[in-house]
Amino acid sequence: MPAGAEPAAPVLEVSELSKQFDGLRAVDGVSFTVLPGEILGIIGPNGAGKTVLINLVSGFYPATSGRVRLLGEDLSGLALHQIGRRGIARTFQNIRLFKRMTVLENVLVSDQRHARRPIRAFFAFGRQRAEIEKARRFIELMGLTARANQLAGTLPYGEARRLEIARALATEPALLLLDEPAAGMNEEETAELIADVRKARKLVMAVVLIEHDMSLIQALSDRVIAMDYGKVMAEGLPAAVLADPEVQRAYLGEEGDP
Amino acid sequence: MTVDYLFFTGVNILLAWSVYIVLLTGNLSFAQGAFMAIGCYAAGIMTTRYGVPFLAAVPAAMAISAAMAVVFGYPALRIRGIYLILVTVGLTFCVRIALENFSYTGGVGGLKGMSGATLWHLGGAILAVGALLYLLSRSPLQRILDAVREDDRVAASLGINLTYVKLFAFGAGAAIAGLAGALYGHYLIFVRPDNFDILVSIFVVLYVILGGVNNLWGPLLGATVMTLLPEFIRALQEWRPTVFGLAIIVMLLLRPEGLLSFRLTSARWSGDAGGR
Repeated sequence: MPAGAEPAAPVLEVSELSKQFDGLRAVDGVSFTVLPGEILGIIGPNGAGKTVLINLVSGFYPATSGRVRLLGEDLSGLALHQIGRRGIARTFQNIRLFKRMTVLENVLVSDQRHARRPIRAFFAFGRQRAEIEKARRFIELMGLTARANQLAGTLPYGEARRLEIARALATEPALLLLDEPAAGMNEEETAELIADVRKARKLVMAVVLIEHDMSLIQALSDRVIAMDYGKVMAEGLPAAVLADPEVQRAYLGEEGDP
Repeated sequence: MTVDYLFFTGVNILLAWSVYIVLLTGNLSFAQGAFMAIGCYAAGIMTTRYGVPFLAAVPAAMAISAAMAVVFGYPALRIRGIYLILVTVGLTFCVRIALENFSYTGGVGGLKGMSGATLWHLGGAILAVGALLYLLSRSPLQRILDAVREDDRVAASLGINLTYVKLFAFGAGAAIAGLAGALYGHYLIFVRPDNFDILVSIFVVLYVILGGVNNLWGPLLGATVMTLLPEFIRALQEWRPTVFGLAIIVMLLLRPEGLLSFRLTSARWSGDAGGR
């Protein structure tokens, strides 16, 4: 775990966060904290506002009201790249890799030394051994070594997901946000993903995991938040939240499963 | 004259590269003719009215051109796609009309008396810009530009300042176009605002699209072929726009990525990447 902040101080502190789209309040007064070393799971039916929440925390959408604090620092009003530099990295529900670049290059883009000083990055032509050596760690961690020089757009689904995680980790973030990482995966791939997230959590202070797949949530989360209609319905240990009658109703209502 | 052909080819290569570097961040600029005009007039006014030596006026003109790009680009680069293209088209018209209406720049009559640019200067400029673009393709900055083109919001979330990177590329493109303009004016001796018609900007973009947008050799090849072809095949001269149009259609059908479509990778993992 990277140094910084006392053990008790939260990594992420979200208070009264809201997002209004025209007539719809997609996220409505959500508050929660993420503690150091923790994996927080966020569940909820489709349209519950989970992805909007992640977009607010990572700065992809500006919030209508409310606050997000990372390691005590208020992120309100910061630009996307400033939030990235403060230490939030994420993956996307609909994988967003730099498709026409190689696996190695995708991870190298995250190298903060260059990302923060693009013009100085020009003068680093030729000698890139240190950068590549660093990127190699993340590529190896996610089991993509054999693919390093392949274009990201040619990766099969599961590996593309892992590359997104490697790229996010390579920014050396404090907080990692995973937006439905198991979407479209079969059981075997999901099992692999669980192992990958366990490896990833050792490199960051905390993880927020949005997921539909209950096996993944149960295997990984230390704590779970259930959302519906933009609000927090229940919060607590995974088993307790999943057994909550309101949560059950929200899910059953959606899927119509008796 | 052969020297003329070579000179105009060289100017077009520089202009094509100026489009290429802006395109690396995903923005298509139809304003390179305008920045060429700014470079041409800035250098011309310095040498003819203030007695600045030619070789000092060229970098100064490049800097002025880049500064103008940053001023215009700062608000414009926040918008994207087709809207930004329209802004760059508008910029080209504005610069031409401004040059025609200010008596300081010689009005419609143009600016005369510049001299001193030779094929050697142009060759040096092409080598220098080409070398910089080659070094760029092997540097981490190339990846940053590519990432911004591929998905700018994701690139930003990784800590890349989009405004800064896009302005840098736009400014660098304007400096190269300004360089081309300064050399062009001091070769022709006499220039008028209609030397920098919107068609110049359009043709240059077409050179890049025909040659290929993924590496620095594409614009070089596109500009060379499309400048020299109509000059050497006399019958084609009057049909220049038609030939262009046909070439574009044929290319889009046969090689939509351009003649040279390969991309140079900015870094490779040579160790045990082959297998595990």
